[in-house]
Amino acid sequence: MVNINRLLAISRKEVIQLRRDTRSLTLAFLLPMFLLILFGYAITWDVKHIPAAVVDQDRSARSRELIDAFRASGYFTLTTWPERTSEIAPLLDRGEVQMALVIPPDFEADLGAGRPASLQAIVDGSDANTATIILAYTQAIVQSYSTGLQVQGVPFRPPVSAQSRVWYNEELSSRNMIVPGLIAVIMMIIAAMLTSLTIAREWERGTMEQLAATPVSRTEVVLGKLLPYLAIGLVDVVIASGLGVALFGVPFRGDPFLLMMLAFFFLTGALGLGMFISAVARSQLLATQMAMLATFLPAFLLSGFMYAIDVMPKPLQAITFLIPARYFLVVTRGIFLKGVHIEVLRVQGLLMVVFAVVGLLLAIRVFKKEIS
Amino acid sequence: MRESLERVWEMVRKEFLQIFREPRLRRMIFVAPIIQLVVFGYAVSTDIRQTSTFVVDHDRTSASRELMDAFVASGYFRVVGRSDRPADLVSALDHGDAIVGVEIPRGFATALRDGSGAHVQILLDGTNSNTATVAKGYAERIVQSYAAQVSPVPVQAPIDLRERAWYNPDLASRNYNVPAVVGAIILLVCLLLTSLAIVREREIGTLEQLMVSPLTPGELIAGKTIPFAIIGLVDLAVVTTVALVWFEVPFEGSVFLLVVASILFLLSGLGVGLFISTISNTQQEAFMSSFLIFQPTMLLSGFMFPVSSMPDLFQWLTLLNPLRHYLEIVRGIFLKGAGLADLWSQYLALLVMGSVILWFASTRFRKRIG
Repeated sequence: MVNINRLLAISRKEVIQLRRDTRSLTLAFLLPMFLLILFGYAITWDVKHIPAAVVDQDRSARSRELIDAFRASGYFTLTTWPERTSEIAPLLDRGEVQMALVIPPDFEADLGAGRPASLQAIVDGSDANTATIILAYTQAIVQSYSTGLQVQGVPFRPPVSAQSRVWYNEELSSRNMIVPGLIAVIMMIIAAMLTSLTIAREWERGTMEQLAATPVSRTEVVLGKLLPYLAIGLVDVVIASGLGVALFGVPFRGDPFLLMMLAFFFLTGALGLGMFISAVARSQLLATQMAMLATFLPAFLLSGFMYAIDVMPKPLQAITFLIPARYFLVVTRGIFLKGVHIEVLRVQGLLMVVFAVVGLLLAIRVFKKEIS
Repeated sequence: MRESLERVWEMVRKEFLQIFREPRLRRMIFVAPIIQLVVFGYAVSTDIRQTSTFVVDHDRTSASRELMDAFVASGYFRVVGRSDRPADLVSALDHGDAIVGVEIPRGFATALRDGSGAHVQILLDGTNSNTATVAKGYAERIVQSYAAQVSPVPVQAPIDLRERAWYNPDLASRNYNVPAVVGAIILLVCLLLTSLAIVREREIGTLEQLMVSPLTPGELIAGKTIPFAIIGLVDLAVVTTVALVWFEVPFEGSVFLLVVASILFLLSGLGVGLFISTISNTQQEAFMSSFLIFQPTMLLSGFMFPVSSMPDLFQWLTLLNPLRHYLEIVRGIFLKGAGLADLWSQYLALLVMGSVILWFASTRFRKRIG
């Protein structure tokens, strides 16, 4: 039913058109790199170099030790040294510091006498996430400084010690979390933007009808048009993975072949969806807008790429089950960071195939209807 | 002067008529703020709740069960599976069924009783670095406070750390995200709608008709931008109301200062929108250019990613981003009750950048239509 020669002829025509369309082509290759560099280099959730103020009212050897412990942790940059606690409020109000540490006058005396010494940490809570992390760091530093100090004649040792180990992303860098996820987002953008740019244009100009008048079947049109974009998308995956590993040191622990295979299915589905949208919209402007709303934003915000799905309200969680990027994200993170094999990704792999089939069927169906 | 104002007024009226006649534009104006509010009020949350946790309890004593009860009672963790084989824990983390694993070794209760120091192993899936960092902090804190409760000898930590989070005592990320939606909406309205509105006239050829009318180029610019400034301010009112009434975000500062800041921010936004219209021939091009400018502006503004964590070079770059200054003002006014004394430099930055951008864009626009 599908004639390979005719299919390839369509692909060749598409490639020629794409080569002439420098704007779309630049978009296809530069946008992923731009996003990758922006996310890999500039944007991070890692909290470090927190500007902090220290009010040291004790000015003792002990208080200096504690301050050194904060400085040595690397999380804090101690920028301001106010004399009085009343100077803290304006600093936080203006956002000049995010944390203020207050060491009261009898800090050393209390510690020497074996009494618990008090210490105050004030954080700017407006950015809740950063504040939570700052507080966790502060506790950890104080905890480790406390261990070994004498209380009532006995060295302090916590009765239960928690040993935490982080797997897959040992240094807890947000870059390792973002780069694998970004591949899924990039592919969604490519699929949505490119198809809406190039295929909706054929509808706009009416050349799609000319194509329909030739002996080519709808399936051949859809598959033939899809192939070049599939190739671009897969090259983007290779570029993005390569840059992520080489430039940003993101670990790649799994099987590259498995990643490419599942990316192939995911991309097929996404392209099918993009073609479906372009055929329904019929104008480039409307198609790009719809593609943004239907693919890019959900892939960005509701897939677990940046924000954990667990904490969303139930109705929104239910919606995320319908977002293919959610499953593909499990695949990329699993293969990059966890090094898992197909046995673990069976469900996701199956869903990728389902997505590919559904995407293709949607595209073929809408072509049939629209052309006749 | 009066005639000039009348001409601008007629132009603004015509513009509004056009906007409300076009269903797509109407949708964009009213639906975009609602979607963004829902997403940023509900979906985009960095809080930790009910993190899926897998427990391997080798001890099986009342002490080990109490410890796990403490985890669940905190609300931060939810037990999704139990087993006595560590291999099940590994598989749960590999499959992503659990994000946190707690392993309590044999002899936990005994070590706790005789004071020889008990251990608990906490394993975290670091693939979501943010969740893992926060969950790690909570888990360690729960273990410490449990230890202090049950230890036979009274445990007094040598340093009594008192923490206080100002401005947002519950540490709800919503309070930080929802007010910022104002910035995103205003930027979107200015960039996208302004440039689309002008380019559409160019596409259908009515821009030439406007040029042969008695309107001066300055009046034309005013007539084209004022409607979107008004829409931006209406969106400001909508978002602020929803933030206060529905999401119960605190509002500590002055409404007047917020409106002034928004007007200053509108200058930059409308300037960039006008600029996009001068470099685009079709609405499609205008849309793409808006998107390509909107995206980095958002990412490098501190909207979702803190500026203070960026490399120095990018921190300097963000100083040229009007949205960064506007968001500092918005969040300062909402959460901190900050006044002009705290925020004057941001106001100044918005004023300077807005004037320069708008002046540059108008010059280009005049040249282009002249």
